[in-house]
Amino acid sequence: MNLFLEAFAWIFSPDRLEGDALSLPANIGLHLWYTLVSVLIAAVIAVPLGWWIGHTGRGRNVAVVISGMARAIPSLGLVILLVMLMGVALKGPAAIVAFVVLAIPSILAGAYSGIDAIDRRTLDAARAVGMNSWQVLLRVEVPLSLPLLIGGLRAAALQVVATVAIAAYVGLGGIGFFILQGIQTRRFDQILGASIVVVVLALAIDAVLALLQRVVTPAGVRIRLTQARAAAVATA
Amino acid sequence: MTWVIDNLGLIWSLTLKHLAQCAVPIILGFLLALPVGWVAHRYTRVRGVVLSVVGVLYAIPSFGLFAVLASLFGIEYLSPTNLVVALTIYAVALMTRSVADAFDSVDDDARQAATAIGYSPVRRFFTVELPLAGPVLLAGLRVAAVSTVALATVGILIGVENLGYLFTNGSQRRIIAEVLAGVVAVGLMAWVFDLILVALGRVLLPWNTQAPRAARTRRVATA
Amino acid sequence: MNLTRRFALAALTAAALALAGCASSDPLGGSSSTGTGPSGSAAPSGTIVVGSQAYYSNEIIAEIYAQALEDAGNTVERKFNIGQRDAYMPALESGEVTLFPEYTGNLLQWLDKDTTATGDDDVYAALQAAMPDSLTVLDQAPATDQDSYTVTAAFAAEHGLSSIEDLAKVPNLTLGGPPELQERPYGPTGLKSIYGVDVTFSPTADTTVDELVAGGIQVGNVYTADPRIATDDLVVLKDTKNIFLASHVVPVVNKDVADKIADTINAVSAKLTADALRELNKESTVDEKSAPDIAKAWLADQGLAG
Repeated sequence: MNLFLEAFAWIFSPDRLEGDALSLPANIGLHLWYTLVSVLIAAVIAVPLGWWIGHTGRGRNVAVVISGMARAIPSLGLVILLVMLMGVALKGPAAIVAFVVLAIPSILAGAYSGIDAIDRRTLDAARAVGMNSWQVLLRVEVPLSLPLLIGGLRAAALQVVATVAIAAYVGLGGIGFFILQGIQTRRFDQILGASIVVVVLALAIDAVLALLQRVVTPAGVRIRLTQARAAAVATA
Repeated sequence: MTWVIDNLGLIWSLTLKHLAQCAVPIILGFLLALPVGWVAHRYTRVRGVVLSVVGVLYAIPSFGLFAVLASLFGIEYLSPTNLVVALTIYAVALMTRSVADAFDSVDDDARQAATAIGYSPVRRFFTVELPLAGPVLLAGLRVAAVSTVALATVGILIGVENLGYLFTNGSQRRIIAEVLAGVVAVGLMAWVFDLILVALGRVLLPWNTQAPRAARTRRVATA
Repeated sequence: MNLTRRFALAALTAAALALAGCASSDPLGGSSSTGTGPSGSAAPSGTIVVGSQAYYSNEIIAEIYAQALEDAGNTVERKFNIGQRDAYMPALESGEVTLFPEYTGNLLQWLDKDTTATGDDDVYAALQAAMPDSLTVLDQAPATDQDSYTVTAAFAAEHGLSSIEDLAKVPNLTLGGPPELQERPYGPTGLKSIYGVDVTFSPTADTTVDELVAGGIQVGNVYTADPRIATDDLVVLKDTKNIFLASHVVPVVNKDVADKIADTINAVSAKLTADALRELNKESTVDEKSAPDIAKAWLADQGLAG
């Protein structure tokens, strides 16, 4: 009880509001900003690509292999590497490139597996009714694939939040800054306090996206997500 | 490149440490995920709760989990134990869902046939369900193994020496080759793990994966 | 799913807080028995266990000591890159590690937060007094690796800067350094109270020198043994009001082995000058040589090998 009380005392101490760019609220904001920007950029790249793969069926094997390989990339290493390669003046952009690279695989997988999960009979029916390829994609495949797509966005967002915390090592700011500083100054209340903040932040984002996932499931449609995931995972 | 050649010894010793730190979480994670995932599969009422809890655990950022673990379980914060416990939790969280899905994917007909010819539940589990769930279990294990190898590098931030050392040391000395060597070494190690698991799969599970047709009819979007 | 999720979260949190009662001991720098850094076994008697920080420069010095001891006929075990003081001080106190290269000023501040000593000899004396019972320090080396406030030569020329006091006349300064600098007495708060200098702090960590050179920050906390001070044309501002403690390289040893190794180690320390240390660091960062190679070459050069 002791440790958690001290941690909460640290979080809610008025000292946390001092320091402009280095205050806790500012760093939380920065952390969220990096997450949002990175996931958005990754989505712009991965979603159309994923839809194309799901719709045409082409390139799926390549996508699956790339998703698998991307899981093997150590996030701390990637961030440090890119910042060193691109130079300190471009520290922010370099970090964002790293975050985007880490976010793309989940979003890509979400996009194409979302379309894969659709019953072929529904698609046949759409074509039977006279829809052309584009109409099938936009009016049937995309809406029905949204739940899994958002699932992919959710996984990507969590991956990025965790990586932004670690990226504090290269001086990027964010909540990880407080954890690192706490380690260096031997202040466990700070380490635990900042850790709790980043955990709560991640869980909040997870909850919001989970809610979005439910909202977006079209009324009356029940997709057996587990089966789709099993299939997606088994072919990985 | 010369840096890599000159420091192969260092890279190798770090790789061995890394291996030791990853082995326990992967194996233990798998063993723990089996019963938990099976319960989620078997008892549909608790499935939601179990998968939610596991989902929540996986959502927790690693850098934040360490301090929480240290506080809850009295583990030393800056220690290999802390890293291994955290990695195990992530491995269990990752694999529980695929264990549940794996047992879900076992054709009910096969189960019923086994019961029909007189298998006890235990015998049915070990001789029918587990082998048939094998391919999906293996897929989940592969994902968890690769993720664990990559994630373990974060340990360097809490003072645990493994391949992550190449990142922080390379950052201090501004030697790009060292950082790159670390990234590549981790990637290679993950790949080797994956190859070994695939080979293991071919040896232990020489039959095909679940019938695609059976799987498809279950992916139903009922309008 | 939403309700189940909330229920699950609530259950987890409740369980967590309930369990938290079990752990009220300090998770930092407690006993070394739960596996801090080096794993618990003590080395066979007669073996000197040399440790080092997770700092490449410290690793070189540790390697030099280790090789010097081996040349003198001792058995040496290396436990390098142990990390923070919280991790290795317990190991030192318990005897798991018996020799560790440290820095007088920084170690003194860690042992005695409120120390007022700042000069070379004062700090050394205060450190000797503050050492835990089982440990002692041998002779300090001439080499220092302490914090400094450094600017580029161009910036110094532009604003006529030679000491830290001169910074007071420059507006809009950004100071870069490790995250901990913000909380240190010699950090931004100290700069304000002792020198009257206002700075915004930016946690630049390993990229401090790069940022300084690129102009992202104007003042950097650069360690005095950093070879880039020379290679990148940087100017260390004079610390006229002693905001920084003098911090010389000093070997911390377990009292049990102190007598055995004092002569060997002191001979090595005597030759370790500030310039020498900078040169050693340069071989690591610019020439990218490994610590063992650097140590071997240096010991041979100094006539201390074999």
